[in-house]
Amino acid sequence: MKILFSILREMADIPSDPEVVAVALTNLGLAVEEMDIVGTPVPGVVTARINRMEKHPDAAKVTRCFVDAGDGEERHVWCGATNMQPGDIVPLATLGTKMPNGMDIARRGILGIDSEGMLCSEVELGMSDESSGLLILPKDSPLGVSPFEVLGIEHDVVFDLDLTRNRADCWGHLGVARDLAAHFGVSLNGPRVDVGSLGAEKSLPVVIDAEENCASFTVSYISGVKVGPSPRWVSSRLAHLGMRSINNVVDASNLVMLETNQPNHAYDAAVVSSFRVRLAEAGETLTTLDGQVRTLHSEDLLICNDADNSGVGLAGVMGDLHSEITETTTTLAIESAWFSPDPVRFTAIRHGLRSEASVRFERGTDPNGWVLAADRFVTILRETCPSAVLHTGATVVRTSHCPQPIDVHISVNAVERMLGIRIEADRIVAILNAIGFAAKSNGDDVTCVVPTWRPDCAQSVDIIEEIARHFGYDNIGKTVPNSTVHGRLSNMQQRRRILRRVLVGLGLDEAMPSPFLAPGDLTDVGLTEDDVLRLANPLVADESILRTSLRPGLLRSLRYNQSHRAPRVGLWEIGHVYPKSDAQLPNESEQLAIVVAGGDAETALAQWNAICDALSVGAQLDQSRVPPGLHATRSATLARGKKVIGVVGEVDPVVLDVLGIEGRVSILELDLTTLLNEEPKPVQARDINRFPSSDIDLAFVLPESIAATNLQRALRQAAGKRLVSIELFDVYRGKGVAEGSRSLAFRLRLQEEGGTLTDAILSDVQKSCVAAAEKAGATIRA
Amino acid sequence: MASASIPEKDQLAAALAEGLTSISSSSSSDDLRALMSALAGKKGAIAGVKSSLGKVTDIEARKELGQAVNEALNALQKASDSRLRELRAGEFASQIQADRVDMTELAMSAEASRRRGRMHLVTQATERLEDVFVGLGFQIAEGPEVETDFYNFEALNMPPSHPARSMWDTLFIESDEPGSVVLRTHTSPVQIRVMQEWPPPIYAIMPGRVFRKETPDATHMPVFHQIEGLVIDRGITFADLAGTIESFTKAFFGEGFTSRLRPSYFPFTEPSAEFDIRRPDGSWIELGGCGMVHPHVLRAGGLDPNEWRGFAFGFGIDRMAKERHGVNDIRDMYSDDIRFTEQFS
Repeated sequence: MKILFSILREMADIPSDPEVVAVALTNLGLAVEEMDIVGTPVPGVVTARINRMEKHPDAAKVTRCFVDAGDGEERHVWCGATNMQPGDIVPLATLGTKMPNGMDIARRGILGIDSEGMLCSEVELGMSDESSGLLILPKDSPLGVSPFEVLGIEHDVVFDLDLTRNRADCWGHLGVARDLAAHFGVSLNGPRVDVGSLGAEKSLPVVIDAEENCASFTVSYISGVKVGPSPRWVSSRLAHLGMRSINNVVDASNLVMLETNQPNHAYDAAVVSSFRVRLAEAGETLTTLDGQVRTLHSEDLLICNDADNSGVGLAGVMGDLHSEITETTTTLAIESAWFSPDPVRFTAIRHGLRSEASVRFERGTDPNGWVLAADRFVTILRETCPSAVLHTGATVVRTSHCPQPIDVHISVNAVERMLGIRIEADRIVAILNAIGFAAKSNGDDVTCVVPTWRPDCAQSVDIIEEIARHFGYDNIGKTVPNSTVHGRLSNMQQRRRILRRVLVGLGLDEAMPSPFLAPGDLTDVGLTEDDVLRLANPLVADESILRTSLRPGLLRSLRYNQSHRAPRVGLWEIGHVYPKSDAQLPNESEQLAIVVAGGDAETALAQWNAICDALSVGAQLDQSRVPPGLHATRSATLARGKKVIGVVGEVDPVVLDVLGIEGRVSILELDLTTLLNEEPKPVQARDINRFPSSDIDLAFVLPESIAATNLQRALRQAAGKRLVSIELFDVYRGKGVAEGSRSLAFRLRLQEEGGTLTDAILSDVQKSCVAAAEKAGATIRA
Repeated sequence: MASASIPEKDQLAAALAEGLTSISSSSSSDDLRALMSALAGKKGAIAGVKSSLGKVTDIEARKELGQAVNEALNALQKASDSRLRELRAGEFASQIQADRVDMTELAMSAEASRRRGRMHLVTQATERLEDVFVGLGFQIAEGPEVETDFYNFEALNMPPSHPARSMWDTLFIESDEPGSVVLRTHTSPVQIRVMQEWPPPIYAIMPGRVFRKETPDATHMPVFHQIEGLVIDRGITFADLAGTIESFTKAFFGEGFTSRLRPSYFPFTEPSAEFDIRRPDGSWIELGGCGMVHPHVLRAGGLDPNEWRGFAFGFGIDRMAKERHGVNDIRDMYSDDIRFTEQFS
């Protein structure tokens, strides 16, 4: 929102230093995004007429211009612009001029022919943010004078405010000036008003059909109008605020809106002399001022000429092209209405048409702003058109939906309870009165009336915010609450941190790929898309599916690194997946996935063992259940009974081929909602058994079809309570062992509770181990 | 009484002298050990003298000779021990010389094979923030990333079609009831869930992933991270909010940093503020938003605004990571490119 310093200074006697004002604005919550000094004349730049233009055969892109700056001397200037013609009056930066961007205009040449200055655009003169070629000045401009003087562009400061959604009132300079006046403790004058003598009573008839959408409709009548150019200060201010000057009537209308936040529309009263406000018929058309033919919706609000019920304006958004003011207009019907915010917003969205008026109506305007608007309108108009007369008897039609001032009660104590500082009733009343919230106190109770220009304020907490804002957030002080809560990580959060440290300890890097997938990403890695959620409005189709597995993202990152000369990366991710559920929200859960390029099943199992150890968890390896997308003979499901808690092994070579990943890739995926939420009981200490232990080494031949864990389990059971540990210390395949079998050598450490093992016992244990192993399908190796 | 001169005594003296000479001239610890077992062993000269003790008939002389044998053995052992120490010292010295490695070379190969993995910068920043807030007495709450319209908007004082909803570019999930399920646009819905589930008083932070319909550029990602703070207690004031922000500022950034609040607007807080951090050099970082929890929000969380009051604050985690490590383009942080990741230990 652009706010002009000169207008603020007219409305309130605020400090003359714009920096001081900028700080105040930010402290009031009207954040200044940018502060631009505009319209500063550039000494050395003068108006000049282009006498003639020539092309040079060797310089196709530039034109030689011969200009007259009014001093009787013809100057030659090279010019790269194309929008000028002989006879045009343009700005000439004479030799020695320092341009706003710091460039010095010196005698320079092309092809040995010097340029005696530079012809300028609006951007080069710092008049505007954009331009298309040279600034072409009015034909009757005098020569040799400042173009700023010719255009009436005044030195000014533009504040670009980042307004918050609640401050509807600050879409007009008046709202900003009111806050500043209160802040600096000066009186608010508002815009200068001088309506002259009023004309005879003149009321134009108004009918409101859509009472909810249009809660107030006022029409003021002005006669004696002569349409012509605006005064220079008006066009200059409009330009600084980003609007184009049209004529004295339209400019007055626009400036009044920018100043007072009251959108208004001037109709030619000879054409429209009675109004009706109704909902549009579906399919009805209207040509808006921008020349577009709009097909209307039955919820669009239409301002009609009641004489023929034809639309003359899309209410709150834009006027009708055919009811525009013309050069022959002599009487005006100035409409200032209050339209309900939401319908205006929906109409603007429906038609893709955000106008200066609609942005104001959709935030909420002041239903009582029309009086000042009409007065200010005629004040501005009278500068160029002294015969203009505002008539008494303006039509004011209100419906029951019109916003009313609201009474709000607060107490000094309530303010103190909220802010933590005591502000006395007198101070509260003074703060509120200064911003137009008519307030009075009775002891510690304060009553105020919320003005109709502040639709954001309705309850006591809103009023307390206003008090805090003007008291100054910096003045409220800083205390720390006396917490009785003990700060800590939950068990799950602590375990997650342990897990992260185990993973980095394993040399694995954390990845954070996008949780959005493209259609096909899941099937590419051997998973299904049956249970996915889809985005209704994705940025791109390739990011339209919510992941149900971390695998596609991690494998993509792995491939990315492979293709950037990092062939052996190990990546992990802890993140959410979102499979669809029967409920409104998905079965969102936290998962861990690890992939290692060049890793194999043993890599993944070592990771799983490290995690089991760190988190005191475990699961059965079930190789009979091949997890989808994993290597059919080198992977297993991690299960607890029927519950699957993860998968471990290698990625299916077919998947790797599809993705273009080279070599083996190990993978471990775990459901963390299960593993992190467990709270293992503290292990209870056993006394050290100080009796000597003995080891028995046993080597067996076991067919490949039998899982090693079966043999281990058999040995464990057979060794019984004397078993301290069992370790697989050698695996052998090859000569001496039959094809389809392998030799597995176990070392069993045995120890007697409360005594020394005897040879007899050891021999018994060995015998029962061998017997059990044979039962499990193994044969003792000779 | 003079001791009888017997030939064994001379033999002993000669054996001892010879033994000491060969000990002192032995050239390695292995030689010395072999020599000693010869000298002091059963077949050695001293053992020969010892075995002839029985032939000495004079008791005194036998006793004297026996003593002399023991002394000779002790003298040999002593000489051997001392020589062994000398020899071992020399041998260790040469072994140590032979063991020499280039530690810088090992350091290089150790780095290549034993590199510790890296946590993502956002995770590192999140943990740092969590630690600071835990120190300030906060607990950590988490919530779903796919949310209902109720938690993301309605409970936060933004009823359907509330204009402030346009402050967030929302990604919606396809559903039977269009618009009813969203990817949370902020961590604020967790506030409501915490109010509903945790008994007050509540001192909680809520870090997590959030989503916006935004095209990635150097400073924006459609998926990023926020941390939200919520305090609900009796007698909580705006000054407590300002003081908590200040405590956090000093704990996280350092003693030289200060904070300020300036008025702003959020539908779910009132009064609302932006909070800025002032660096020791006087420059400002605009960090996040905060305010007193709006009475409508307390009610949506099942709390009575007449009994409980609170404040909330929130800011971006990614930006903290970006600032801390001088990351120019936030997209690099999400590239999973090992060339980026491995810079940060």
